[in-house]
Amino acid sequence: MTDTSRRGFLKIAGLSLAGAAGGSALLGAGGGPEPVVEGLPADPAGAGRRLAMVVDLRRFGHDDELIERCIRACHQAHHVPDFGDDRKNEVKWMWAEDFESAFSSAEFAYLRSDLEGKPTLLLCNHCDNPPCTRVCPTKATWRRDDDGIVMMDWHRCIGCRYCIVACPYGSRSFNWADPRPHLAAPHADFPTRMRGVVEKCTFCEERLARGLEPACVEACANDEIVFGDLNDPGSKVRRLLAEHLAIRRKPGLGTRPEVYYIVEDPQTLIEAAPAAVVTGAAETDHA
Amino acid sequence: MHDGAKIAGGLVLFAAVMTSPFWYNALTAAPSAVPAVDPPPNGSKECVEARSYMRANHMDLLNEWREAVVREGERSYVSTTNGRAFEMSLSRTCLDCHANKAEFCDRCHTFMAVAPDCWSCHVEPKEAP
Repeated sequence: MTDTSRRGFLKIAGLSLAGAAGGSALLGAGGGPEPVVEGLPADPAGAGRRLAMVVDLRRFGHDDELIERCIRACHQAHHVPDFGDDRKNEVKWMWAEDFESAFSSAEFAYLRSDLEGKPTLLLCNHCDNPPCTRVCPTKATWRRDDDGIVMMDWHRCIGCRYCIVACPYGSRSFNWADPRPHLAAPHADFPTRMRGVVEKCTFCEERLARGLEPACVEACANDEIVFGDLNDPGSKVRRLLAEHLAIRRKPGLGTRPEVYYIVEDPQTLIEAAPAAVVTGAAETDHA
Repeated sequence: MHDGAKIAGGLVLFAAVMTSPFWYNALTAAPSAVPAVDPPPNGSKECVEARSYMRANHMDLLNEWREAVVREGERSYVSTTNGRAFEMSLSRTCLDCHANKAEFCDRCHTFMAVAPDCWSCHVEPKEAP
């Protein structure tokens, strides 16, 4: 009798397993796909990324026009106020400095003439080891684990400015005055800030969520700035870094900045660049 | 012991003066009407949640949305009322239907004497040129 009862038990066990599997399959089918918002990808890029930017200085000339275009696109998109010559109140997400000042820690001597005084586009480096987030008493700024963006929550910022002191790159600005009267063209796509709040570049995370490239990248027509995922070996940023000499700002501080600058001379690009790089540069790299 | 009338008269006068604001308002002021909320000008019939819930709890919902978008990077909200997905955005979603901030937000907030500071940073769509 033990045999039959064991057999019976196995039968029942098998049937209930099959029933459970079938049931959950049916339930899954009945639930249907999760509804999505139009124009807002459910998961635009996914986790496990390390977003980074490569500024190709070879493609930036000495004229400021392109740099101005990038800065304007960024500041317009994010309601960064323009205080003109009033440096005390200045707010900036993106700005330009001479090459030597931008890379002061490299202590260049007898610098190549084309790099001397060359305007260099600067922004928040979205460090892998950001000192600014560590000092924030309210967690109003933090490094996002899934893509490495150093984010800001302006709702939570109390304006103590520790982060400004902590950032070795000068990437953060404080709103000493109400920014609203100093905006060129306010739009509803992005909030402004209020007096008493720190702000900085967010790698356009609000645009990335819609599957768009950062505003400065979009403002460049010829891959002067390239944006992508360093954890993806096939990404354009990784290819550029693998094939060219790129430097970072103040790497000795251990902040591990994630904005890279390619500094090879323009002649190298034309004569020695492998064909694959030149053609590859024409594709767009969606982050 | 002959001042009873004076004392009583004084008390009556005192009570009358002290309660005069109430009498004044009861007799003269128009009955205070709870502001009515107009239906959305774009004719939309569905809000992200039921109307009664939104009336009572929109501030909590907006706080949740703020946390989700800014801190978690989640931008899509699935309604528990009608199962539709909405973008968690004050300017894009709420103000898309309730386009007039002065009539939709401010009227009730003024009546309730609350002053949320959403709009010191968020931009009302019609403010944009």
